[in-house]
Amino acid sequence: MRTQHLAAALMEWVNVILQGVLVGGLYAMFAAGLSLIFGVMRLVNIAHGDLIVLAAYVALVVAQTLGIGPLTALIIVVPVMAAIGYVLQWFVLNRTLGDDLLPPLLVTFGLSVIIQNGLLTAFTADSVKLQAGPIEVATIRLAEGLYVGVLPLLQFAVAVAVIAGLQLIFYRTAIGRAFRATADEPAVAQLMGLDNRHVYALAMALSLAVVAIAGVFLAVRANFDPSLGPARLIFGFEAVIIGGLGSLWGTLAGGLILGVAQAVGAHLDPGWQILAGHIAFLIVLAARSQGLFPKVRT
Amino acid sequence: MTELVIFGGRGNWIGMAFGAIAFAALAAAPWWGGRNDLQLLSEIYAYVALASLWNLLAGYAGLVSVGQQAYVGLGAYSLFALAILFGISPLWSIPLAGLIAAALSIPVALLVFRLRGHYFAIGTWIVAEVFRLTASQIAALGGGSGTSLPAAVVIAIAPTHQLRDFTMYWIALVLAAAVLALIVLLLRSRYGLALKAMRDSELAAACSGVDVYRTKFLVYVVTALATAMLGALIFLQKLRISPDAAFSVNDWTAFVIFITVIGGIGRIEGPIVGTLIFFALRQTLADLGTIYLMMLGLVAIVIMLAAPKGIWGMVVERFGWQLFPLERTVLSEEPKQR
Repeated sequence: MRTQHLAAALMEWVNVILQGVLVGGLYAMFAAGLSLIFGVMRLVNIAHGDLIVLAAYVALVVAQTLGIGPLTALIIVVPVMAAIGYVLQWFVLNRTLGDDLLPPLLVTFGLSVIIQNGLLTAFTADSVKLQAGPIEVATIRLAEGLYVGVLPLLQFAVAVAVIAGLQLIFYRTAIGRAFRATADEPAVAQLMGLDNRHVYALAMALSLAVVAIAGVFLAVRANFDPSLGPARLIFGFEAVIIGGLGSLWGTLAGGLILGVAQAVGAHLDPGWQILAGHIAFLIVLAARSQGLFPKVRT
Repeated sequence: MTELVIFGGRGNWIGMAFGAIAFAALAAAPWWGGRNDLQLLSEIYAYVALASLWNLLAGYAGLVSVGQQAYVGLGAYSLFALAILFGISPLWSIPLAGLIAAALSIPVALLVFRLRGHYFAIGTWIVAEVFRLTASQIAALGGGSGTSLPAAVVIAIAPTHQLRDFTMYWIALVLAAAVLALIVLLLRSRYGLALKAMRDSELAAACSGVDVYRTKFLVYVVTALATAMLGALIFLQKLRISPDAAFSVNDWTAFVIFITVIGGIGRIEGPIVGTLIFFALRQTLADLGTIYLMMLGLVAIVIMLAAPKGIWGMVVERFGWQLFPLERTVLSEEPKQR
């Protein structure tokens, strides 16, 4: 009888941690886009979270107008967000880059306020959700008393695929070489025939393509409204710092740690969910400010 | 050869006289203004002070924080806690709230100073979120929904309604003037010289013997102290507190940043000019709601891209005015050799 009790308690914790890991995949996707543009052009995009929410609303409009499912809508949402990224970088953000920290920070901060209030004007503060159909409630049984939803599992698999894809683009393709060259020595990269403005715009386009995927999964998972952006930025940022700057796989690990910390916090007391994530972040920052898996530069 | 450093230029006395007259006129506001005027002016003072402090932090010390709402909220919550739980007079609680925030800002600084540049900005925001979430867990202060200041505490400030309004108005005026005076004195001291050097080039300042870390630390703690006192006063005037209002990133950071950028960052007059523009826009356009906020964001972006020194920066370049005697001029005793 007692062992049965213990087994149930253990299973409960396994479940909590598993859910945390699966949500962590989403946080890793928030983080990957942020980490990518920081790596290439040393820009921290304060509007990152609001762009994720914008992608969710774009998906909502696309799914409703065309009558298609949210996952199919990705075919349209991803290129749309990538195009927004390219244009934004080319016309606005490229002009802020330089030695001074303030312009990019303040311009993206202004952008964040504009997107948030623009969404409020267009869609009101009411929360909405994207319906994905029967896949939402489908589950797989892993063990006695341990079930995992198909959708969270898919979301996690996509997150891993996104990170792997970015890793591949960065280290195996010509454009990835351009990203790394521009990041290391912008002036020399330009001398070698690269147009830095174009390279930066492509990096932002790629970042917002990832944002689009993250936004759609955010919208399918739970209700969303225009005010959610800043918290998504913070989660992404925490995952980047926990994982260690510049390391994509570290970012994935950072996302998982944050997800698990939040899940454990929420299990102890629903009011502690977000706080537990922040505390995990602060502990990592205090103990090891370069993150847990910093990229070793050779 | 001995060198003499003097402050200011031609406009020195004009600026000082203008400041003294303005202060006297504003101090007399209870006799010439109505209740609404006093409230609006108090709010303007609070924003002038908050923006000036943020300007000191970001414009001079290079500490671009988007988490100053942490100290506004901490000050406000300290005042409510001291008044409600310990029965301390709210007027005494204002300086106490500042001291509490200064003490807490030391471990916070040790932590967030590990983050560089942009990451520092978001790190400070997370600290503010931690403060907000912690405040909403304190059941004695109403948890997530907040609480009001008990009537007995309010009456203890001054017996009549009118006298309370006057008292709080004068505190707001004195606090804002004190913040400006503190910043002027700080900038005139040798720390000010260090700060200006850091504003222009941190590397060059460090090479000239400025202890950049220590100077930043000092500025961060002083700013936290003053910001918390302002937060305490703002919520003493509101008489009601909640975590979302006290730790609002929009009210205490976004507006403050826009004010500073529009007015002119890195100049002491910038936040004052910015606040006047901000309130002029708000009084005329606030009915537009979200559109007003979008316009404000757009104006800040355009100014940052087209005129990064802000409106006062353009004025200085065109006319060379300065309201505060801060510019140093070196006078040499020996005649210049030609």
